[in-house]
Amino acid sequence: MAPPVPNRIASTFDQLQCRGEKALIPYIMAGDPSLAETEALVATLEQAGADLIELGVPFSDPIADGPTIQKAAERALRAGTSLRRILALVHTLRAKVAIPLILMAYYNTLMAMGEENFCREAVAAGVDGVIIPDMPPEEAEPLWTAAEATGLCVIFLLAPTSTPARRREVIRRTRGFIYYVSLTGITGAKLTDMDHVQTSVTRLKKVAKKPVAVGFGVATPADVHRIAQFADGAIVGSALVRLIEEHHNTPHFLTTIEQFTRQLKAATCSTNQQT
Amino acid sequence: MKRLTAKGARAPKTLTAFPDSRGRFGRYGGRYVPETLMPAILELEEVYLRVRRDRAFQKEFHDCLKQYVGRPTPLYFARRLSKTLGGAKIYLKREDLCHTGAHKINNTVGQALLTRRMNKHRVIAETGAGQHGVAVATVAAMFGLEAEIYMGTEDMERQALNVFRMRLLGAKVTGVDAGSRTLKDAISEAMRDWTTNVRTTHYLLGSVLGAHPYPMMIRDFQAVIGREARRQILEAEGRLPHCLIACVGGGSNSLGLFYPFLKDPEVQMVGVEAGGLGLASGKHAARFAGGRPGVLHGTMTYLLQDEHGQVNLTHSVSAGLDYPAVGPEHSLYHDTGRIRYTSATDQEALDAFDLLAREEGIIPALESAHAIAEAIKLAPTMKKSQILIINLSGRGDKDVNQIARLRGIAL
Repeated sequence: MAPPVPNRIASTFDQLQCRGEKALIPYIMAGDPSLAETEALVATLEQAGADLIELGVPFSDPIADGPTIQKAAERALRAGTSLRRILALVHTLRAKVAIPLILMAYYNTLMAMGEENFCREAVAAGVDGVIIPDMPPEEAEPLWTAAEATGLCVIFLLAPTSTPARRREVIRRTRGFIYYVSLTGITGAKLTDMDHVQTSVTRLKKVAKKPVAVGFGVATPADVHRIAQFADGAIVGSALVRLIEEHHNTPHFLTTIEQFTRQLKAATCSTNQQT
Repeated sequence: MKRLTAKGARAPKTLTAFPDSRGRFGRYGGRYVPETLMPAILELEEVYLRVRRDRAFQKEFHDCLKQYVGRPTPLYFARRLSKTLGGAKIYLKREDLCHTGAHKINNTVGQALLTRRMNKHRVIAETGAGQHGVAVATVAAMFGLEAEIYMGTEDMERQALNVFRMRLLGAKVTGVDAGSRTLKDAISEAMRDWTTNVRTTHYLLGSVLGAHPYPMMIRDFQAVIGREARRQILEAEGRLPHCLIACVGGGSNSLGLFYPFLKDPEVQMVGVEAGGLGLASGKHAARFAGGRPGVLHGTMTYLLQDEHGQVNLTHSVSAGLDYPAVGPEHSLYHDTGRIRYTSATDQEALDAFDLLAREEGIIPALESAHAIAEAIKLAPTMKKSQILIINLSGRGDKDVNQIARLRGIAL
């Protein structure tokens, strides 16, 4: 594919808005169970309707993740996955995948490559954005400066505990969209208070003027459908990672993933009331 | 060496400009935590900076240290050990005589008081060998707080006695089965609990690690060790020591001793890391010898990691030193050269353990035995007029079973 298109994330959200849809953003762990299977999975997710894809970069000590994604990271590391190999995979994928690809990585894996080096190589490979769960705005300067210079979107997170001042800072800094963490907790936890998520995201959208995607605990088409009523996108991680864990050895593996993703995507279309 | 009187030598209150307002010790430190935790981290900093200047808080803290912990701990002149090693005059700062048997309780008392100030009713903590876990369970009982301690299942097996002690004290001990099933994974799991229960729970971290303000706050709570030692040595000898030695896991007992001496240029300081089976074996926890700067558990510091930034597994005979990162303030003093860092192997620590037991009738914790091991190398090279202070950070009762096992003795 041609050199990376700037703001592929922004244009995706624009197009979705024109179509009256919300973004489905699946998360999978790169290299779980192998990078070859990740390659097949990304293509499958796109065909099944994913609008953006998050690729987890495995880290030995993922403090923001629950057991499902922790175990996926362990499997990926055992399979020899590294950030460099993930970037090489993205480069390969760009020949057939057009939707935005976003990395979710802990800071140390990026620091090991060097912040500037990482941003340059990520953009060259065709990565559109990066989410760093252990990098609050206070510590963002080196990476953010390098990312701004290369056109890589740094997507910041907001949480239910974030104060108004922090909200303003994240709104100012984030590129592409705002990742709203639906619950006070870790990935894969049970999302119990959707009303509160709705109130918070609705309030956020009034001031943000940037797309807001909701993640953590979003597991079912019903969750996605509910989120699509008030947010710009829904991120499904642990539920999908668990499905991959359970089915990757079965003959209909990719079909299973495709069917689940289609159900999730259908739930993002306002004309479709499937729950 | 400069002679000072005890009266005229009071250490100034603020000894260094570190950390700065962003929680940095030079390039190290910072706050690399999920957004969910940031407001709690900032609140903790604000509350801590307030109580740091609050006389009532400081009085309550020091009353607890005196009445409950048993401070001041003695600065004991180890006559036989000094004679055997044939060089420096060796003093031991007896943190092993603190309630619960290690320096850890100084910090847990301080943070328990802080927890009450923040109107939180639950504390969580990580523990490796179990010493910090026991100290947390102890203060939780004393202050009426609910306590949950995370401990790697590997460590729970090795330290079954301390698991039972924590439970006797009313704490809940939760095994962590992820990763290497040791201290590093216990910290990760405690951070996950904190992320989930941050509104009601205080994370009572046990060493000068983690996100700002923990490294600063825990150093301040532990600095009582060095303030006492400084006063005591001036009373006993009328002069400052030539050298201080302490073991460095996360680095709280060492920083506690060193900090009040940092502005005394004539006082040398040596931090001793776990050399495990030897640096060449790769099975050790010597971060300054084998690591490079990285980010783990909220802070930027020297970290044992591979070329891709994955955290390496560590090895030490002593669970309390068995951690891949070191307190960020140590990283600064390593780079500036203010503190010299070295390591002692498992075998050297075991030999030092025996020596202290037989020469002085003191069974040291295996962690503290690493500091003794360095003294065995250093003291003979020093003059008889020179003074060496070793921080005896904990007592070795917890290690007796392990020593027996290593010798093939069934107890």
